[in-house]
Amino acid sequence: MIKFLSRLLAVLLTTTALSACTGGESNVEIGNRTGVLHFGNGSEPQGLDPHVVTGVPENKLVRAMFEGLTVKNPWTLEPEPGVAESWDISADGKIYTFHINPEARWSNGDPVTAGDYVWSWNRALHPSMGNQYAYMLYPVVNAEAFSRRETEDFSDVGVKALDDQTLQVTLNAATPYFLQLMDHYSTFAVHPETILKHGAMTDRYTKWTRVGNMVNNGPFNIKEWKLNRRIVVEKSDTYWDKDKVRLNGVVFYPTENIVSEERMFRVGQLHTTGTVPLDKVPAYQAMENTPYVQAPYLGTYFYLINTKRPPLDDVRVRQALSMAIDRVKLNDTVLQKSNFPAYSITPPGTMGYNPPKLFDYDPALARQLLADAGYPDGEGWPDVELIYNTNESHRKLAVALQQMWKDVLNVKITISNQEWKVYLDSVDTMDFDIARRGWIGDYVDPNNFLDLYITDGGNNSTGFGDPRYDEMILKLAPQAKTQEERYRIFYEAETMLMEQMPILPIFTYTSKKLMHPSVRDMPSNLMDSLNLKYVWLDPDWEKDNTQ
Amino acid sequence: MTTDIIEDITEAEQGSSLWHDAWLRLRKNRLALAGGMLLVAFTIIALLTPWIAPYAYDAQNLDLGASPPSAQHWLGTDIFGRDLLTQIMFGGRVSLAVGFVATSVALLIGVTWGAIAGYVGGKVDAVMMRLVDIMYALPFMIFIVLLMVVFGRNILLLFLAIGAVEWLTMARIMRSQVQQLRQQEFVEAAISLGLPPSTIIRRHLIPNALGPIIVYTTLTIPSVMLLEAFLSFLGLGIQPPQTSWGLLISYGAETMEEFPWLLIFPGLALTVTLFSLNFLGDGLRDALDVRRSKD
Amino acid sequence: MWRFVGIRLLQAIPVILAVITVTFFLVRVAPGGPFSAEKAVLPEVKAALEAQYRLDLPLFQQYTAYLGDLAQGEFGPSFKYPGRSVNELIGAGLPVTAELGFYALLVAVIIGGFAGVIAALKPNTAQDYIPMTAAMIGICMPSFLLGPLLVLVFGIYLDWLPVSGWGDIPGDKILPAITLGSGYAAYIARLSRAGMLEVMSQDYIRTARAKGLPEWEVVVKHGLRGGLIPVVAFLGPAFAGLLAGSFVVETIFQIPGLGRFYVQAAFNRDYTMILGTTVFLSTLIVLFNLLSDILAAWMNPRLRAQFGEN
Repeated sequence: MIKFLSRLLAVLLTTTALSACTGGESNVEIGNRTGVLHFGNGSEPQGLDPHVVTGVPENKLVRAMFEGLTVKNPWTLEPEPGVAESWDISADGKIYTFHINPEARWSNGDPVTAGDYVWSWNRALHPSMGNQYAYMLYPVVNAEAFSRRETEDFSDVGVKALDDQTLQVTLNAATPYFLQLMDHYSTFAVHPETILKHGAMTDRYTKWTRVGNMVNNGPFNIKEWKLNRRIVVEKSDTYWDKDKVRLNGVVFYPTENIVSEERMFRVGQLHTTGTVPLDKVPAYQAMENTPYVQAPYLGTYFYLINTKRPPLDDVRVRQALSMAIDRVKLNDTVLQKSNFPAYSITPPGTMGYNPPKLFDYDPALARQLLADAGYPDGEGWPDVELIYNTNESHRKLAVALQQMWKDVLNVKITISNQEWKVYLDSVDTMDFDIARRGWIGDYVDPNNFLDLYITDGGNNSTGFGDPRYDEMILKLAPQAKTQEERYRIFYEAETMLMEQMPILPIFTYTSKKLMHPSVRDMPSNLMDSLNLKYVWLDPDWEKDNTQ
Repeated sequence: MTTDIIEDITEAEQGSSLWHDAWLRLRKNRLALAGGMLLVAFTIIALLTPWIAPYAYDAQNLDLGASPPSAQHWLGTDIFGRDLLTQIMFGGRVSLAVGFVATSVALLIGVTWGAIAGYVGGKVDAVMMRLVDIMYALPFMIFIVLLMVVFGRNILLLFLAIGAVEWLTMARIMRSQVQQLRQQEFVEAAISLGLPPSTIIRRHLIPNALGPIIVYTTLTIPSVMLLEAFLSFLGLGIQPPQTSWGLLISYGAETMEEFPWLLIFPGLALTVTLFSLNFLGDGLRDALDVRRSKD
Repeated sequence: MWRFVGIRLLQAIPVILAVITVTFFLVRVAPGGPFSAEKAVLPEVKAALEAQYRLDLPLFQQYTAYLGDLAQGEFGPSFKYPGRSVNELIGAGLPVTAELGFYALLVAVIIGGFAGVIAALKPNTAQDYIPMTAAMIGICMPSFLLGPLLVLVFGIYLDWLPVSGWGDIPGDKILPAITLGSGYAAYIARLSRAGMLEVMSQDYIRTARAKGLPEWEVVVKHGLRGGLIPVVAFLGPAFAGLLAGSFVVETIFQIPGLGRFYVQAAFNRDYTMILGTTVFLSTLIVLFNLLSDILAAWMNPRLRAQFGEN
């Protein structure tokens, strides 16, 4: 019956999804003709200042308008030349010398110089700036000390302009993922004169990113910014690699309501959406020539456990809770087969690293462990509360898990949703028993997930701490001679972590979007990293697709 | 003053033949009677739900998932495979309780407040109505978040919070009614005869203002039910797996294309209830219309 | 009359001051601050942010500083949108929401008033039941249900109207105005029916009829004025409610209005934005309530006489 309904829906969707709006030419049709991409971008950005913003929609916008020293290739995620045309790495992996492309230009025609980078990193790291992603530059010598006001002198920091075209960066230790960080917006250069024209170096409340004021160095320039309506960018003619840019422009829509976003897509107002409502996934999956695109994503959905509170301070209880979760069934039903069951914190296949899988769904063992911990068949189980921030998918998972724990372990777990800021406060102060959590990687490396659980780490929030674990993550892994050795250390550390089970991994994220068939060269990748430089629109997609 | 009026109402209820006449007239209105009976039936079902519901309200069947109506599940199941009929029955308990309790709170505060302000007038009126203005203007969302955080999550608190917001409009309407009535000859006559204010309010103002108040009450109950749904939807209301009609509708609205029954049946339950309230409200209004009955 | 207006305007000042004060301290008590984020914010970053926005000062000093800014018409910078002032955000959202609210009320008054008056003329007949039943459906339909339903039918299946936006594609204002207006139309229908019934049984209507005036003249000239008083009393709060309560409709149709800012500011703990929108809306509410009182007075000759005496 469900299958039949899905089919029926799929047919309905097909008839409406790809047919044009009869009331005139749709955005998509106009866009295909004029080379303008209509992009569902999730929400209104907080701003466009690379050293101020955080968040996914901001990332997409900033990276359309600015370019880092290196750029991630959207197919392979390998670093390729951006502002730097080449770079040398010293034998010990600690000194990076970037050679800046002499053709790299700001949108006002000024050349991009190594000095701009020194100035910008000073800004990005400056304690008064309040840059939440300043830590992206912490691998650089004294960067952390400067941003914590331990040294006032920026010349102590390991970044030097040897000449206009040469930037030398000195790191604390070999950092295999350092080049990836150069594609993160907090390490981007900004145009010093423009910033100073509109305020002090570290001002957040400034108008330099407005239309008409902004000077940037990426493939697109801002043309229109209407609050909560759209941001329009057009192809830059000062960008060094402009011949490769095939789009004439992009319109970003703040599509906060994902149900509306899907509808906008269906009537041809959008080329691509940021996500897809879960309940619509089966129908789209059943479609022929579906516009639905799903790909593994560098993120894990899990629950934090407060290891300081009974009964969860007992590792057997934590293990029992974890083994009582039928992750495969959860994924097949509530999650509409749209994710991957997770048994560890690091997503599998993170740059060739695969995490340990120490356990599986095992009701008998789970009951045994719970009995060993003193709660045979749930007897004497105290009040335990699970909190999550208000959201449909979080609710669905929590409701399903609540029942699984009741069925397998006969324990009652109250679920409680909290408004976002209240939830953040609860997690931050560890005022919870179990709390929903997700982590999306900032760069592709196991370190980004495993360093969460060092003792008293800012994002630990579980009370878990183990000196041996800290040593492996902070000391041994950075000193490893080869990637294999490094991964071996990570594997060992992650095994320790998952034996202690301060978190309950639930699933590995996927990126999901709807993409019109005319959109070309916008590949999915592990970071859901968008490089608009490569994207183009095929006005003859109908003909091309049938050939 | 507050208790005075409440006592007056109860007094009127017991004593006056007005209420007896009203009941006789109401009985002739078949639609109103039907509405009233349906409401009573719904209330009884809601009260008995824990014993008569076909399934446990949180019993899931993930393998079944969302299924259309069938012999086992008359109204189908939701995405967790939970029986929708059971969900609606339990949801009705919450919705009806919110509707009646919060509206009673609003009615009590609003009518009293508005009657006093409208009758006394002058400075008292000005101060009272400016207080209403202040309450109107406060950021409601923050207010509710604070309540929930400071006092914990509690259904009773939710009722009170909603009632505390809904009385404002009631007060404004009551005030404008009373102001208008005060200018009528029979009230002026009563004042000039030297009757005490409590008697005037009881005998002349309350009965004559009842029509609009009852109508507005029948409007407040649905809006209270919807407000609860909105709050629950934002995560500020009741907690899953508890549910309410408004919440079921808001979930159903998201999947109206995929699983229409999840929207249709809770929507029907709410609509029928509101229609019943409406007809009953109309019937009461007509039954209590003192002046027309003298025709 | 002018004296009455002047007094009410003077009374508005302490009302708004009270709103500011209560809101200012209320938002500070709510858990979570403007800068808490999913990825923990380093303590030194948080301190730097608080310093940039004066949040490191003692609370009372912040309050007086805020009042000082406000006296100069400055709502201050938004925390959530660095680089934007609250004035600018309100300036961007208000015209949109006001326009939406105006259309919605227009829809509500025309449909609701018409239905209510028609129903009241022949109570307890089909002419009564049909419009009132339709009105009831309007009340039963929360906007988070009606909006998507209208979009589904008219936007997707029939493909007549745009599914979202505001002023981008011709016709994209129709569905939001209907969605927002329908609930109010239902209220107005009920109120105007009740009001009309009340009035039509009054002596002066009977007098007018006895004079042999045609029925439509009785209704329009004598009935409507009194019968619509409850509606007018309702309009003031309704418009203010529309401004603050258009959140759902604005979200469904992705309309860049004030309602979204207002609700999201609360969720974001964007202190200056919460205060700014609240102060602004409370001023509007006070004004609109005043306006509806004046209108009600004008429609009620006896009250008008009373104002004249003042």
